[in-house]
Amino acid sequence: MESMIFDLATTPLRELNQFLHHEAKTGAVEKVVVLNPDGAHNIAVGLDCPVEVEVKGHAGYYAGGMNKTGSVIIRGSAGTGVAENMMSGKVHVKGFASNGAGASAHGGLLVIDGDAGLRCGISLKGGDIVVGGSVGSFSAFMAQAGRMVICGDAGDALGDSLYEAVIYVRGKIKSLGADTHIEPMSEDDLAAVADLLAQAGMEHAPSEFKRIASKRELYHWNADANQEY
Amino acid sequence: MCGIVGLLVKSPPLRARLGELMVPMLIGMTERGSDSAGLAVFTPPLPVGERKISVYSGLTEAGADFNWQGLAHDLKSHLGTTVTVDVRGNHAILTTSFDPEAIKRWIKEHHSKLQFLSTGRSIDLYKDIGTPAEVAARYDFASLKGSHLVGHTRMATESAVTPERAHPFTAGEDFCLVHNGSLSNPHGIRRMLEPHGITFETDNDTEAACRFLEWRLREGDDLEVALQKGFEELDGFYTFLMGTPDELALIRDPFACKPALVAETDDYVAIASEFRSLAHLPDIKNAHVFEPAPEEMYVWKA
Amino acid sequence: METKPEQLKHISREESAGYDHKTQDYIRNAAAHGLYEIRGLGAKRKLPNFDDLVFLGASLSRYPLEGYREKCVTKTLLGTRFAKKPIELEIPITIAGMSFGSLSAHVKESLGRAASELGTSTTTGDGGMTQEERLSSKTLVYQCLPSRYGFNPDDVRRADAIEVVIGQGAKPGGGGMLLGQKVSSRVAKMRALPEGIDQRSACRHPDWTGPDDLAIKIHELREMTDWEKPIYVKVGATRTFHDVKLAVHAGADVIVVDGMQGGTAATQTCFIEHVGIPTLAALRQAVEALEDLNMKGTVQLIVSGGIRTGADVAKALAMGADAVAIGQGVLVALGCNSESYIQNGQHLSAEKDYAALGTAPGFCHHCHTGKCPVGITTQDAILEQRLQPEIGAKRLRNYLKTLNMELTTIARACGKQNVHHLEREDLVALTVEAAAMARLPLAGTDWVPGMAGY
Repeated sequence: MESMIFDLATTPLRELNQFLHHEAKTGAVEKVVVLNPDGAHNIAVGLDCPVEVEVKGHAGYYAGGMNKTGSVIIRGSAGTGVAENMMSGKVHVKGFASNGAGASAHGGLLVIDGDAGLRCGISLKGGDIVVGGSVGSFSAFMAQAGRMVICGDAGDALGDSLYEAVIYVRGKIKSLGADTHIEPMSEDDLAAVADLLAQAGMEHAPSEFKRIASKRELYHWNADANQEY
Repeated sequence: MCGIVGLLVKSPPLRARLGELMVPMLIGMTERGSDSAGLAVFTPPLPVGERKISVYSGLTEAGADFNWQGLAHDLKSHLGTTVTVDVRGNHAILTTSFDPEAIKRWIKEHHSKLQFLSTGRSIDLYKDIGTPAEVAARYDFASLKGSHLVGHTRMATESAVTPERAHPFTAGEDFCLVHNGSLSNPHGIRRMLEPHGITFETDNDTEAACRFLEWRLREGDDLEVALQKGFEELDGFYTFLMGTPDELALIRDPFACKPALVAETDDYVAIASEFRSLAHLPDIKNAHVFEPAPEEMYVWKA
Repeated sequence: METKPEQLKHISREESAGYDHKTQDYIRNAAAHGLYEIRGLGAKRKLPNFDDLVFLGASLSRYPLEGYREKCVTKTLLGTRFAKKPIELEIPITIAGMSFGSLSAHVKESLGRAASELGTSTTTGDGGMTQEERLSSKTLVYQCLPSRYGFNPDDVRRADAIEVVIGQGAKPGGGGMLLGQKVSSRVAKMRALPEGIDQRSACRHPDWTGPDDLAIKIHELREMTDWEKPIYVKVGATRTFHDVKLAVHAGADVIVVDGMQGGTAATQTCFIEHVGIPTLAALRQAVEALEDLNMKGTVQLIVSGGIRTGADVAKALAMGADAVAIGQGVLVALGCNSESYIQNGQHLSAEKDYAALGTAPGFCHHCHTGKCPVGITTQDAILEQRLQPEIGAKRLRNYLKTLNMELTTIARACGKQNVHHLEREDLVALTVEAAAMARLPLAGTDWVPGMAGY
């Protein structure tokens, strides 16, 4: 079917979300367009079906939060926690994203065309994030699993306390976080970066990226090792 | 916690609409802070030698019915000076060419429940308890004119909800500060400043930050140097927005957990904790919207 | 001839109060290991607590109710402020959040079964929701913690309430911890961690900081669940008066306050004993905050941290809580620190296993090792068998039943037809500290320290 339009200037957010949680699941609508978001928070949170949501403007906090199988595109910027805890599906921010983008995401793909704020990918648990611009400090803090591709620069303390998530950075890194280091790019890494960039619609040579991974020295308490805690 | 708003209009025609543009910004921050609200507006400065003092009568018995004309009359007969009075709600701006400290001393002795909110040649400051919409209506914020302003909505964290504890806080003359966040060492800062002769009016953590800057500025630091020292001495989470007669300044702590957003066009610079407060501004769709980086000082000249 | 001086048979044993045995052991341990001590359970030191309060039962000035024949209502409603589907409990005694990971799957099932039988709720803990718990527990509160381990929208949709955890009494300001020996394959998978590592959780939420942003996060959870489920906010007791007010402003339906006696499966001892305030003081502050905002009755209060007996429950309610949550007491009911366990119908001694940990039944706090001698706080497949869900469920059911019976006995004795009618005027204090903390008069006097200027 065609698309359904919700104008947040006149319709309460609750109606949009309820529609997305219930009526949209029947498959009657393929696409939902959201007009005049004007920085409203919690747009399209908890999507639970493969519906397309197009947000025409700037979104507030947690846009597309806890997304499962849905596909959200934001034609503007996104506030704190865009696609936080996403399980699967896709969220695409055409503008910039604020802090905590993709926080704790377990799966799916988050694409940010512009820059991302601090703590991008914090606590990542298996999702993929591709940032066309640069990311702020403390990005990938305690990231446990998943992949991040940063086409621009990274701020301070990148990947501090990293677990098994892997970060690929093309630009400059202001500083690495505790227990991270740069490792050589393997064939698998190059292929992974190529695939993620293609999914994000960005063009860069994978060979320009560096691989950042955990040194795994903080995995166990060790008094003699002078660990940073 | 809180919401912060700031607005600086670059084109003269918009100066007449400063208040009108700002009121929806302030009300947009109601969910972040609904206990109290306040703002400081900067107007073209009075001639050298003149001062205006913003005074709050909300704590007096008469409240909004305070006899300001009577006060002006008394000042004339006791200090020999003519003071003009401009009243809105339970607030008045007293303009004088007399020594403002002498005026304040006299008023303190005779009307101890009047509160001084600000002193300067350019600043007018309003703050009160109530929701942002209530406070805006009480003082007719929509009619305010000027080049720039700093506004705040409060959700009290540790100190009580009283008019004095609302923001903005001022230090010295023509300087004010609003704060979103929570300082973790305000009491230590206070104890460090009191021996330097800095007096505190409240137990609010924001006042500690404001008085710290007041001290550094008094000691000869310019604002940028003072704020650098602030990064070292002040602990906790904060976004600070400050106003002086010719500039707005914004900084965020290194963790930058408290939000801030800036929208800039040829006509204005607008700052708010959330985009929601900027959405109604003219030509916002074409504005350059960005997030200020942590630990950097952003200054816009009026 | 010279006489030899008499040999003194007296051995001097002058103990130092400051450098007592415990402190000397602590220093020697630090010198040996270079790492803080980590242990389980809650504060072990003596603190002002509910034992320092007593009830003023009925006599001539008040009339009691007959036990058994005259009813005493214990039904409790939680989450009435905004949720379309508030939680209805049969008793005001709930099971506190304890993770799968810190506890075995068998235990989670026992908790669920017993809670369902008694008509109360269990809470997931810092590790996500297990199938065992959701299937066995009729009412399940799903925690959203800084770590977000295992947190996912499907479980949010399956939960009956969501509890945003800011902190817990054992370690306010600290994050969770699970040592490598307990990060089994199943636990690791649920938490998206490598197997066997020492897990350290974050202490701040990843996508919000402060009550103003918590308000938006709570909104997100409401929008997610179409405003159906109550949202709880849990804090470890520190600046409780301010925290409760802020939780109300941020939009909480229910506030959970966990005092310093609250337990954990693993954290630094210095945290447990030296950070946070006693439940008694926190509870009073929480109630004051709600009354100050005129929210008593609109926002419900659950208190936890050292709730052990029916008398504790009654006192907590009298002081103004709507319900309590129990963690350590529940574990002891299941067999924690018991000398023996039951396997294949036989009582077997666990003393050797306690000894292997360097402790003895009644003194053990080694939950963090994963070698629980009675099979409770372990992921070990063999040790886990020492507590079968049926036995655990039965023990817990009995414990909760007893607590509830004691609660109603006391309430009736104070003349109440409903346990929620217990009030602070039914209580007096036995010590000055308790009187000051609870703002109750010292028994037999009108004196409340700190009030009326003295």
